[in-house]
Amino acid sequence: MIARSLLILALAVPSVAASAGERHGAGAHHEALDEALALSLDVLGPAPADGSNRWADDPAAADLGQRLFFDRRLSGNGKVSCASCHDPRRNFEDGVALAKGMGIANRRTMPIAGTAHSPFLFWDGRKDSQWAQALGPLESAVEHGGTRAQYAHVIASHYRAEYERIFGPLPSLRGIPRGAGPVADAAAHAKWAALSQRQRDDVTRIFVNVGKALAAYERRIAFAPSRFDRFAAKWAATGSEPADVLDEKERAGFALFVGKANCIQCHNGPLLTNNEFHNTGVPRRTGLPEDRGRVAGIPAVRSDEFNCRSRWSDAKPGECPELQFLAPPSAAHERAYKVPSLRNVAERAPYMHAGQLASLRDVLDHYNNAPAAAAGVTELKPLHLDAVELDALEAFLRSLSGGVSVPVPLPRAAARGTLTGKDP
Amino acid sequence: MNTRLRNPGFPSRRLATSLALVVLAAAALSVSGGAAAHGGEIHRPASAEFGPGPRHSSASAYVVTLMPREPLRLRRLQSVEFSIADVDGRPVENASISIDGGMPEHGHGLPTQPSIAPASASGVYRIEGLRFSMGGWWQLKLVIDSPAGQDRVTFNLDL
Repeated sequence: MIARSLLILALAVPSVAASAGERHGAGAHHEALDEALALSLDVLGPAPADGSNRWADDPAAADLGQRLFFDRRLSGNGKVSCASCHDPRRNFEDGVALAKGMGIANRRTMPIAGTAHSPFLFWDGRKDSQWAQALGPLESAVEHGGTRAQYAHVIASHYRAEYERIFGPLPSLRGIPRGAGPVADAAAHAKWAALSQRQRDDVTRIFVNVGKALAAYERRIAFAPSRFDRFAAKWAATGSEPADVLDEKERAGFALFVGKANCIQCHNGPLLTNNEFHNTGVPRRTGLPEDRGRVAGIPAVRSDEFNCRSRWSDAKPGECPELQFLAPPSAAHERAYKVPSLRNVAERAPYMHAGQLASLRDVLDHYNNAPAAAAGVTELKPLHLDAVELDALEAFLRSLSGGVSVPVPLPRAAARGTLTGKDP
Repeated sequence: MNTRLRNPGFPSRRLATSLALVVLAAAALSVSGGAAAHGGEIHRPASAEFGPGPRHSSASAYVVTLMPREPLRLRRLQSVEFSIADVDGRPVENASISIDGGMPEHGHGLPTQPSIAPASASGVYRIEGLRFSMGGWWQLKLVIDSPAGQDRVTFNLDL
């Protein structure tokens, strides 16, 4: 069973594509079941521990994180919360090409479910934990657009008791202007520079704990089982490929997914992502500044103020292996972007890091045609799939929808999407 | 055909067949490497070459054997021990070793930058921080330097 849960191809076949394409006979049937189970949520297991966040599995921190997630006071204009783009009614996404906060971002909103399993966050992997990720948009002028001093004041005014129960006493914020923060805005930056080191540290500690509470909540947002997972489970239980869970076209799409179409090269494992970064020749989006993807994300995460090795991390020395073994930027990282999970993929158009492709069929056409990259070198090769095969693949991808599960019930106001300035 | 692995480091034949580690003759490797450098076709090594060793390094200075304790897995950071012996079978200690690798058919290197540290037993070393991001043919290339000389060996793995 353990061996089955591993995605391992044993035989010395000429290529992965041929190994699946030429499968036949009883042994090969068994191999197909192994391939299905390797993609099944049943083999996912719990998220790895996050040593950088000692409250990652603290229920009280998750409760606080949930309230903060929906709180629009954590923004420069009082109108933007995490849920503005990560809408729980849309599997924590927004359905638009470029995220819209106080302004328009340069990238597509990413899914949250399953990210506790991901070593690097964002399309370029410039953050190495969920809590460090959560802090990025809070200080982005076009997303939440506020400052860390403002957020510290929100905590002191509205969440003091819960915060102190979890994280200990709040420091005095007297004399610290709400508009102070190390952000792009020059006035905010000047106010930040005028603070003492002690004041800056006090504010940053609260800001970091906001991130750690948000992460404790986000860590619990998981993918719910899809029809594909029920298909794999029934296959494993009965020993024969069930015909009544996925229809014939969807099953043909599955065979292509693990075979001729080579999707599992990157979309492997139960989250249908290898959590890596690849150049797949996704075109530039007109009007955006130059975007080099992972080649910029690697130095960014190495020097990130909030990375696993930072003074704000709870990790002990040696507990940051992802940073320790992080490969330096190379030509292969040019315009390489995070491989997203394909769970719920049919529910989250438009696609790619800046929403460049409008529909699932556009995405399949892109992979089938394998256009040259705008910069760097695409790893794609033309697939030579015909229309029937593309239809089958699309049908299979639609079987991967199962929504998300959140163990903590949503606040009623949040579920309606109407949470505003008052305490939730 | 997969190679039957008889290395005691493998807990079962199921795991052994799952691993299908390949040690390539260095000559064959340099041919495929040269082809890659010139943009030509890249050919997988013959299946008969597959296995965890023991295999000779390219100039036969060393005999190197991979000893994974559990099946190599996709996506996880993992460690793999290997042993180095000289031509007389004596363990090679205090060797200076560098590692490189990648997927020849995809033109990319290893997704991480692994390191190599001595393990507890004499002549045994451990690759740490190894990750495989996709199924298919991977290469691990070791350059070994000791008083016995500098030599290289390439392992081919089928994940």
